[in-house]
Amino acid sequence: MLDSKIPAGPLDQKWTYYKGHCKLVNPANKRKLEVIVIGTGLAGASAAASLGELGYRVKAFCFQDSPRRAHSIAAQGGINAAKNYQNDGDSVFRLFYDTIKGGDYRAREANVHRLAEVSVNIIDQCVAQGVPFAREYGGLLSNRSFGGTQVQRTFYAAGQTGQQLLIGAYQALERQVALGNVKMYARHEMLDVVIIDGKCRGVICRNLVTGELERHFGHAVLLASGGYGNVFYLSTNAMGSNVTAIWKAHRKGAFFGNPCFTQIHPTCIPVSGDHQSKLTLMSESLRNDGRIWVPKKKGDTRKPNDIPEDERDYYLERRYPAFGNLVPRDVASRAAKERCDAGYGVGSSRQAVYLDYAAAIVRYGKIECNKLGITNPTDEQVRKHGIEVVKEKYGNLFDMYEKITGENPYEVPMRIYPAVHYTMGGLWVDYELMTTVPGLYALGEANFSDHGANRLGASALMQGLADGYFVIPYTIGNYLADEIRTAPISTDHPAFVEAEKNVRERIEKLMSIKGNQTPESFHKRLGKIMWDKCGMARNAEGLKQAITEIQQLRKEFWSDLRVAGNVNEFNPELDKAGRVADFLELGELMCIDALHRNESCGGHFREESQTEEGEAKRDDANYSYVAAWEFKGESNWELHKEPLNFEVAKPTQRSYK
Amino acid sequence: MEHYTMNLTLKVWRQKNAADKGHFETYEMKDISSEMSFLEMFDVLNERLIREGKDPVAFDHDCREGICGSCSMYVNGRPHGPWKANTVCQLHMRAFKDGDTIVVEPWRANAFPVIKDLVVDRSAFDRIIQAGGYISVNTGNAVDANAIPVEKEKADAAFAAAACIGCGACVAACKNSSAMLFLAAKVSHLALLPQGEPERKTRVLNMVAQMDKEGFGSCTFTEQCEAVCPKQISVSNISRLNKEYLMAGLTAEKK
Amino acid sequence: MKWSEFFTSSVGKKIVMALSGLFLITFLVVHAGINACIFADLLDDNDNGEVFNIAAHFMGNYYVIRIIEVGLFIGFFIHIIQGYVLEVKNRSTRKVGYQVPIGAKGSRWYRKSMGLLGTLILLFLIMHISHFWVPSRITHTLEPVSYGAGAKTYHNLYARMIDVFQNGWIVILYLAGCFSLAWHLLHGFQSAFRTLGVHNNKYISLARGFGLWFSILIPLLFAAMPVSMYFGWVD
Repeated sequence: MLDSKIPAGPLDQKWTYYKGHCKLVNPANKRKLEVIVIGTGLAGASAAASLGELGYRVKAFCFQDSPRRAHSIAAQGGINAAKNYQNDGDSVFRLFYDTIKGGDYRAREANVHRLAEVSVNIIDQCVAQGVPFAREYGGLLSNRSFGGTQVQRTFYAAGQTGQQLLIGAYQALERQVALGNVKMYARHEMLDVVIIDGKCRGVICRNLVTGELERHFGHAVLLASGGYGNVFYLSTNAMGSNVTAIWKAHRKGAFFGNPCFTQIHPTCIPVSGDHQSKLTLMSESLRNDGRIWVPKKKGDTRKPNDIPEDERDYYLERRYPAFGNLVPRDVASRAAKERCDAGYGVGSSRQAVYLDYAAAIVRYGKIECNKLGITNPTDEQVRKHGIEVVKEKYGNLFDMYEKITGENPYEVPMRIYPAVHYTMGGLWVDYELMTTVPGLYALGEANFSDHGANRLGASALMQGLADGYFVIPYTIGNYLADEIRTAPISTDHPAFVEAEKNVRERIEKLMSIKGNQTPESFHKRLGKIMWDKCGMARNAEGLKQAITEIQQLRKEFWSDLRVAGNVNEFNPELDKAGRVADFLELGELMCIDALHRNESCGGHFREESQTEEGEAKRDDANYSYVAAWEFKGESNWELHKEPLNFEVAKPTQRSYK
Repeated sequence: MEHYTMNLTLKVWRQKNAADKGHFETYEMKDISSEMSFLEMFDVLNERLIREGKDPVAFDHDCREGICGSCSMYVNGRPHGPWKANTVCQLHMRAFKDGDTIVVEPWRANAFPVIKDLVVDRSAFDRIIQAGGYISVNTGNAVDANAIPVEKEKADAAFAAAACIGCGACVAACKNSSAMLFLAAKVSHLALLPQGEPERKTRVLNMVAQMDKEGFGSCTFTEQCEAVCPKQISVSNISRLNKEYLMAGLTAEKK
Repeated sequence: MKWSEFFTSSVGKKIVMALSGLFLITFLVVHAGINACIFADLLDDNDNGEVFNIAAHFMGNYYVIRIIEVGLFIGFFIHIIQGYVLEVKNRSTRKVGYQVPIGAKGSRWYRKSMGLLGTLILLFLIMHISHFWVPSRITHTLEPVSYGAGAKTYHNLYARMIDVFQNGWIVILYLAGCFSLAWHLLHGFQSAFRTLGVHNNKYISLARGFGLWFSILIPLLFAAMPVSMYFGWVD
């Protein structure tokens, strides 16, 4: 049933073979073919720009006021590429292998290898666009190391790599807009896909300024609408990030792959109160120098600096001596949760651990004093110089921490706690990034494809740009080559009329409930269920409860929702109501998926499946497959399995001890 | 940091749509925590307004971590509020004290028409970029990333300019509603890199022409923009833009 | 790009302002230099304006200077007209203003008040021209004076100055003019260089430092003239 369309041949030849044999569309025909792109983050903007350059007629949509605001912009750390500029033994194969292993052997080998192959082109392309990556004094590109790898392959632009990459893609996109190849629709939200004769032929969008519904035809539709971490209400995602686009596609026949695979990032600023609307990430790079600890005494209320050294539990160093504070994200997150649950948490909420820079400040201070020729420096001198070094490396992050918490992290250890950050799951796609609906594609975080059960740091940017710049321009041709005889379908076609009618009715239904509770309050409650029962640790009982609770909440939503304002105007409340309605359906599917996958792998930790020491235990015999869910109606999904075959990277149990 | 709660008087600009004249509305806010962000205080207000059957205040926001550039509130006479090098989404309530009155207005400039309440239309910025704020390199045309070394100092300066988030605070603060800091950030970013060289002249001339068409004012170096810029983009970029313009205008071959 | 486009864009207009402004700044140096000749009286009590009158005569009769003078008027004209054009345009870019003005936060009042300061200087200029330039060059109503053997006669502009600056109100207006000029220069001097593309911090701080001294010293020198004549230090 599920055909992943992986080309034949040895792993490292598949992509080359594919490119050499896929169908092409000649330039004259490209001008006749229309492509719709939903979302203008790294994947969407790069795809729209590249397809526009090729000559396709592209329409791009984003819900923000400008394509430059997509949430890719918030990525901090960097982007991986197998350039081996550092001569430290990196290669395409190593990047491939690290990604497969980091994903706990739940990703497709062929896709990941292609990702590693094109990673080098991405860096070339971005530099040519003027992305100001960090450089060495010799004028060449600088690299840094990131979690889960032993080589330095991460390219970066201070703590704003996502921003710089997105601006590069945005500029390429705006260039195509200026040339007339791409038509940009900002402040537009996609509310349904239109399927005609089994193929995706367009979308229904709402103009968020006027409230009007619009019909747009396309020979193919690309969904690059990002991840759905906001189902947890509190996450590091932007406020507007949502599942709506891919969820509508899912309801129209696109299978949803591994929905429960969620990445919880270990270093985020903890929740400060009920008013909290979102969480802020502190770059993973902080774990390079910071030490993570909690008091050895339960419920210790002393100030951190009053707790003597021998009463501190550096639990990551204790549990994982080999990797220490640099264990992968999923492991670090679970360890923090374990300590807090056991009653050792710190801060007023008791849901936080310390990330301490005191030792790093002293260490750097001593080196610096040495460099400066200060013999027998005083403690104060050491501190002063140490702080200078830390400031240079992490100054912007420390400033951000201070703005949010009002505490000075140079004086007091930072309080951190894990938070939802990324969703590895997404629409199921084949090798060509096509979903189970012909002509409907999913790119970037919106698809499930490359990260398995856990994503490595600095790989999200890589995947988004790989899909948009270097994969889709080839694979879409293979489909569109057969569409050159399809004349543009009038948007008066019954399928368009029907789809628009359904969207309109749903909006009217949302508006007509006139109950008492706001979309925000439902979202909060859903988030709490998800976080408590489908978060960092999951068990069968909790998940079953969650499913019932979500069903009840959904019922309540559709009977007691209050949406302020009117339909035909700028109405963010209505936008939000629609998104929450979709999250309420997605949440259930995530729990169902988490319940069915009775193993622990990557970010998915089932309490029933752990080793004696409390580590995650994978079950390759029973669960070495992609779970692709087909929507069959309310609360009704059918599971399809795509078996995963590892020909090159043979699965082993991950150990960081 | 001591936590405290406060009562505030909030005066917010309300405007139903572009055609509406608009007016200020006053709201009394009770028990606001010093830990809240400024926008979370607006969330609280909006939840209350909805419960009271009133229209919530519309405002642009998305990432809430100071990088997407969506948020745009003019708080007590300053874009993004009282903190330096900050966006309003990162402003926290401990910047205020019990009994304060806070006046919140949208960005004001003819080139940024109000859409609703505090939401303005900044698409003029996109059109300025369309006029030339890019390097014309098609996907797949690139040489190896290390083929052209770039002087570190210049790469750093280009990055500092490219850090612009396009929020429009510079325009909002400028007495001339000039977009020169925004424009200069992009022109500098690309002019400082060897990759930007081939289009250097046409870029600056076309972008300036587009800026004029959009109805922004001229730069008179009041430096107000730099003072409110959340990313601390330097006005020396504007000088660089002027140089680029002068050189391009004097030497461009095409009439 | 056509010249007309080059000079009429928002950046081009500023370039015109900067060039004409710098030209007027050089004029200020010459003007202050010539006028400072009145202080010869402080060194030599018998001077009584001789050095100044001779210098002024040279400025008024040497044809090269007269030609430059035409340029000067054009310079003034361009700077003033362009200044107002910009001011009007810039003021029109925000139809709906703010309830809470931004005030001086992050900037300085004089940087934002170049139009006002320029207008004050313009008003001063009109008065100043009618006091000296008009009687000297147009109506020729100044008394003649001759020095030494008496072969050559000069306009006694010096006597006119002493005459004008006996009125305390006029002295105050002149001081106000110098004051406006000082603030106008304090911003205009360095801003002109930046408009012409000086972006290197080294040079900007040079322009700032030099501009600061310039905008203090030149207006101070001008201000010293009516004051010292009013109090009779120079007579």
